Amino acid sequence: MRGDGIVTIFQYLLLGFLVICAISVTFSRNLLNSIIIYMSYSLIMSILWVCLESPDLAITEAAVGAGVTSILFFVALKRINAVNGESDEKEKKEDDHD
Amino acid sequence: MIDLDKEKAARPSLKERFHTWMEGEQDMYLGELEMKPPKNAPGQTDETVQETAQKAAENASREKLRQQIPEGILNTVESTDRLVPTGRRLLKVAFDKAYPVLATVMCIAIVALLLVTVSWMPPFGSADNPASNEVAQRYIEQGLEETGAVNIVSGMILDYRAFDTLGESNVLFIATIVVMILMRIDSKEEKEKLSAEEAAYTHKKTLEPEHDTILRTVAFLLVPMLLIFGIYIILCGHLGPGGGFSGGAVIGASLILYANAYGFQRMEKLFTAKTYKVVSFCALGFYALAKSYSFFTGANELESIISTGTPGRILSAGLILPLNICVGLVVACTMYSFYVLFRKGGY
Repeated sequence: MRGDGIVTIFQYLLLGFLVICAISVTFSRNLLNSIIIYMSYSLIMSILWVCLESPDLAITEAAVGAGVTSILFFVALKRINAVNGESDEKEKKEDDHD
Repeated sequence: MIDLDKEKAARPSLKERFHTWMEGEQDMYLGELEMKPPKNAPGQTDETVQETAQKAAENASREKLRQQIPEGILNTVESTDRLVPTGRRLLKVAFDKAYPVLATVMCIAIVALLLVTVSWMPPFGSADNPASNEVAQRYIEQGLEETGAVNIVSGMILDYRAFDTLGESNVLFIATIVVMILMRIDSKEEKEKLSAEEAAYTHKKTLEPEHDTILRTVAFLLVPMLLIFGIYIILCGHLGPGGGFSGGAVIGASLILYANAYGFQRMEKLFTAKTYKVVSFCALGFYALAKSYSFFTGANELESIISTGTPGRILSAGLILPLNICVGLVVACTMYSFYVLFRKGGY
């Protein structure tokens, strides 16, 4: 990696965040949290692509990785009723009454 | 009830039963035998009471049962013991104990292997890298001249390696089309029934927020900007960072946001399955034809009517701009279709 001192430190910081995100995705018990951490992973990765002088990849990473893929994950979770939202709780209560 | 307790005592211990269970099919047989005695014992004792009406005889029959049942169970246990040699059982125990240890060792070994491999890779940005060979050199030195694209990446993926990009676009198209074929419902009655169910489901689960003011206001402000930004990324793909894929993804994301805020019914005025098919087919067809022409002229060293133009202008770089638009259309439609297919399971 090129760049001055501060930029290098910034990049190492981002790399550290990347590792933390990657580890915490696997250890997070809540699937919703995992997706949000995955989104932040993609966002950090897109900043790193800019640092690596490839803005094309950065735009694609931000749009596809942080945007569309995460939305698809959310929809999939919603489909299998894995999101612990209000609607699910209501349903659970209804089921209990039944 | 006393003999039942004794039967329990005569049963193989929990550990032994666990091992027979671990071995598989023996479990079914053993389970049957264990369940039988409680069923038969009362009936048989009743019969003996009716027949003899003597306590002694009853006791004798009970004793008989007591002798028979444990023997049966013991026999089966012995047979399972014979079927499962002790050596194999010990091996099983050893395997169960060693499994987590071996798994950890394996994991660490693979991580170490990967790290060692990474350490062998050439340093980032080094001049001796295998990646910086004459191909890359040619792209960098003569890319601008040959393709007319200021953005070398666009020049590479849509001129030198246009065939590759065609394949990628086709992968997206084929994936969506195949899912649509799998989800297709042919008969009209089923379709109407399903749509009614879908409406009920949508209403019940609140798949779409009903008049969510915050979401609608944000979408109202953001969607036009996102659309324009996406179009800008596509149209300036040959001049600056961006291109068909990223611009298409941004447009697809804006369409998803609109559908989220205003519902699928309003989105269906603009975008249906037919729109997807027509747009994708036209874009891919134009891509294939245009590139066929340029490959044909290039291979036969004919004069091409498509000029590279002045680098830096919006109408330059030959085929790259139209091809970027094609890829962008395919990607935007595919992103939105993915969302719709995930959400509704079909249009």
